[in-house]
Amino acid sequence: MIGYALAFGFAAISVALLLNLWRLATGPTVIDRLLAADTIVTNLIALIILYGIRQMTSTYFEAALLFAMFGVISTITYCRFMLRGDVLE
Amino acid sequence: MIETLGELVVSLLIVAGSGFTLVGSIGLVKLPDLMTRLHAPTKATTAGVGGVLLASMIHVVVRSGEVSAHELLIALFLFLTAPISAHFLAKAYLHLHGDRERNFPRTCNGRAWTVFDEAGEELPREDRPQPPPRV
Repeated sequence: MIGYALAFGFAAISVALLLNLWRLATGPTVIDRLLAADTIVTNLIALIILYGIRQMTSTYFEAALLFAMFGVISTITYCRFMLRGDVLE
Repeated sequence: MIETLGELVVSLLIVAGSGFTLVGSIGLVKLPDLMTRLHAPTKATTAGVGGVLLASMIHVVVRSGEVSAHELLIALFLFLTAPISAHFLAKAYLHLHGDRERNFPRTCNGRAWTVFDEAGEELPREDRPQPPPRV
């Protein structure tokens, strides 16, 4: 039963990643592309967790945690650069 | 019996979480404006990842009887930082593309919104609206 649910989960998150890529490629503004990149990072976290469930191992949680931290830090840093023209003043 | 119940719960959480993630990305593509587009990833995708993380925690408990706290760390981090990044994205969007004539509500400290604030247009201290007295 978990196998079918995992197959559905992988398919759904893959389609979601493709939709994010479409928004990343055709976003009218810079902030649209940045939002798409942030969503891609969040979806990758879900994908890594699903892979960890499938492999029955907890090796990948640190990778997911690193993805979460650096995704948020990069988004906030780029927004700060857009707002101020500089990151550290 | 309890294993089957656990598998059922894990499967339902995986399906619901990945469905929410898909809905978030569909909203990211289909909604018309960035300020409305911001809603889809910040709510639906965060809820979807939360569901998948909960499924992973319950899966570890069902499989080996141990309690796993890694996922709780990731979920806490995501739920704390998703509103912050959405706030920064909206602020940067207003800074780059927002028109100042739009009808924003007034702020309560006598200055403009922080995005549109110019240096040196602060009201003198006695003209500012005073905070309510402490009880």
